[in-house]
Amino acid sequence: MRAIVTVIGKDSVGIIAGVCSLLAENNVNILDISQKVMGGYFTMIMIVDIGGAGVDFSALSSMLEEKGKELSVDVRLQREDIFEKMHRI
Amino acid sequence: MINSNEIIQTIEMINQQHLDIRTITMGISLRDCGHPDVKVCCDRIYDKITKYAGNLVKTGENIERELGIPIVNKRISVTPIAIACENCDTEDYTVFARTLDKAAKEVGVNFIGGFSALVDKGFTKGDMRLIKSIPEALRTTDCVCSSVSVGSTRAGINMDAVKLMGEIIKKAADTSQGMSCAKLVVFCNAVEDNPFMAGAFHGVSEPECVINVGVSGPGVVYNALKAVRGQPLNVVSETIKKTAFRITRMGEIVAQEASKRLHVPFGIVDLSLAPTPAVGDSVADILEEMGLESVGAPGTTAALALLNDAVKKGGVMASSYVGGLSGAFIPVSEDQGMIRAAKSGKLTIEKLEAMTCVCSVGLDMIAVPGDTSAATISAIIADEAAIGMINSKTTAVRIIPVPGKGVGQEVDFGGLLGTAPIMPVNPSSPEKFIARGGRIPAPLNSLKN
Repeated sequence: MRAIVTVIGKDSVGIIAGVCSLLAENNVNILDISQKVMGGYFTMIMIVDIGGAGVDFSALSSMLEEKGKELSVDVRLQREDIFEKMHRI
Repeated sequence: MINSNEIIQTIEMINQQHLDIRTITMGISLRDCGHPDVKVCCDRIYDKITKYAGNLVKTGENIERELGIPIVNKRISVTPIAIACENCDTEDYTVFARTLDKAAKEVGVNFIGGFSALVDKGFTKGDMRLIKSIPEALRTTDCVCSSVSVGSTRAGINMDAVKLMGEIIKKAADTSQGMSCAKLVVFCNAVEDNPFMAGAFHGVSEPECVINVGVSGPGVVYNALKAVRGQPLNVVSETIKKTAFRITRMGEIVAQEASKRLHVPFGIVDLSLAPTPAVGDSVADILEEMGLESVGAPGTTAALALLNDAVKKGGVMASSYVGGLSGAFIPVSEDQGMIRAAKSGKLTIEKLEAMTCVCSVGLDMIAVPGDTSAATISAIIADEAAIGMINSKTTAVRIIPVPGKGVGQEVDFGGLLGTAPIMPVNPSSPEKFIARGGRIPAPLNSLKN
């Protein structure tokens, strides 16, 4: 199953590394990644495949939220279809 | 391929603009629960609700987590108790309300609707027993919501029921400091698949069990309109349509998912812009953003008509089944902008009544002085029912005569129900009109003018 990880917050060192290593530890494959910094705010969007993940959706979601707190950014894991359905007929 | 701007836009809607799914409501038929013995009947009701809805809250929470969109309420609606329990050998129906309350608490939902009677043309024994039990049923329960349908376009208005409901509302208010009245709705043209409380019940033509979803999102519409400030109203309409499409899509995906996981058919998505007391989640703000100094100003009805119609046009495209009430809610106590306008006297009951001609719900969460007579409340109900009957639409009255309070004071219902300023009521007496009783015949549906 594909899901979207979004990371939004104040830019600092190690955000991408922190989030990506957590995903790697849980066997989550990153399919696509885009990031930009606008006015000091860091925005990263990752499309990931959680089909092979070692933990279930809810647990992974909690871990990412925790990691976000550690890095002082907002990290969310959401299923891909919510975005697709909302913006496509 | 989804682009990143769309992803960010979705997250902003949820994070900053209060986009949420207001409710997943499971409709459960209780038609097979009736039994002459009260205890058997109550056991059947309790067992059925807890069996069918046992996983409702957990499933809702899981969907919430995976999609990342808040699902504020998980609720249950049941067959009107006056129908389900009619063959039960008891005068006092509060026992069924307590059973519903217990079942609701067991499965963890915050409201259960269906302590209801449909008396558009007249009362059966069960209808009368239920209506007389309403004040005590609401006073002694926490989660139970009650509704009574007193008229329809096809049947006309049952003015005996209108008269009785004025008295019941007064009694319910007097025994609960007004709180019970926040859980009691009087309808004309009641719908059978409404997921929103307090008026939800599971209609007799509905299936055994069904999932209905109510979406929300006044904050999202308001923010979208800020981007087209000063532009012509056709642009406003287009903007609302596009936004309503997105909001409704959320409802559709949640409804499909809940239906699949609970193995229960998907009924409808209700396209209603339900406000909450939170700042920035107000229908009044949308109307003011369109260019009115305050909601209640001349032009309010036109602005609301545009809003309501555009929400429906955008929403129907986004869902496979649309139903319920589907319109803009105007609950005064639950909408910061409405509260502000009512407090300053810019929004009156008469203007709210006019607004209900073009939106779905009617006079909703209106607090009036405690000394308002039962006849006056009945007459307010009659006026709303007449609007619904003639215009072939649903109208409702949820009015709270707050004991011991007068104009200028406030009442706090807590939580989602909010705070209501006491609004003045026209002091002329409708007493003799209401005392007549009888029925207002069904209206002509041609020669419209």
